[in-house]
Amino acid sequence: MEDRVILRVGAKILIPYILLFALYVQFHGDYGPGGGFQAGVIFASAFILYALIYGLAHARRVLPLELATFCAALGVVIFAGVGIVTLLKGGLFLEYGVLRHDPVHGQHLGILLVELGVFTTVFGSMVAFFYSFAGRRTGRS
Amino acid sequence: MTAIALLRIRNLVAVVMLAGIYSLLSAGLFTVMDAVDVAFTEAVVGAGISTVLMLGTLALVGRKEKAPDRHPVLPLFVVLVTGAALVYGTLDMPRFGDPGNPIHHHVAPRYLEESGHEIGIPNVVTSVLASYRGYDTMGEITVIFTAVVGVVLLMATRRRRWPGEGKGDDDGG
Repeated sequence: MEDRVILRVGAKILIPYILLFALYVQFHGDYGPGGGFQAGVIFASAFILYALIYGLAHARRVLPLELATFCAALGVVIFAGVGIVTLLKGGLFLEYGVLRHDPVHGQHLGILLVELGVFTTVFGSMVAFFYSFAGRRTGRS
Repeated sequence: MTAIALLRIRNLVAVVMLAGIYSLLSAGLFTVMDAVDVAFTEAVVGAGISTVLMLGTLALVGRKEKAPDRHPVLPLFVVLVTGAALVYGTLDMPRFGDPGNPIHHHVAPRYLEESGHEIGIPNVVTSVLASYRGYDTMGEITVIFTAVVGVVLLMATRRRRWPGEGKGDDDGG
């Protein structure tokens, strides 16, 4: 789709807002609908849109497959790491209350970190899925 | 309607599009039932990403479904019996929307009443997912991670031809 001017310009306008909306969904998940999972998918969809319009090769230059799979693993590490930290601080696994002196603040911090882990994993996974499926096509991309 | 059309059409691109529409309609249904978080997920994943992924798959496998060469009488019978058994099973369930249902008295009231000052987050869904049910969410993302490991290993690696392998077979890994 290299020559579709409307698509290229439209995507270029849309992608920043998609990314911004994903971050809004991520950090507003405490107050409205949304959270790490949805935000990760939306964030990934911006990259998928970019790959669809500008071709897979360009998208892979922006975000290589290795980085996407690394993100997928990193999210699990963040999530489990929060659990380990709460263990080390004397609580139960994933008991966020011990992260801070005030349990409610600890819960806030824990949920923020855990949602970040979910976001990272989902984002990396979705991009890696798309790369894997789209990358099998030989010739046209 | 959309589901019936999904079953009848043999053009797989149209099927994928109808599946996306179906997801979007379900998202609307969830919104009507006040489950906005579920609706959001359904719209984003069901109507968004999975449509793209299925289209990507179609690019690999072709867009026409083969017509079945047998009459599906036995499968239809099995499906009907299973469906009847499931419907029979639902007769014992409490009535839909009844406030006396066990689901409204188990842990839900505690989540709704206590999470305000235990967690301090207005969206109870987030509190439940991330804090009360943290184990489950961690399991979920582990599942996604496992899936991505499988898909990347199967799909993204370059296909290697072993010396003894014929050139005829083209179905990948």
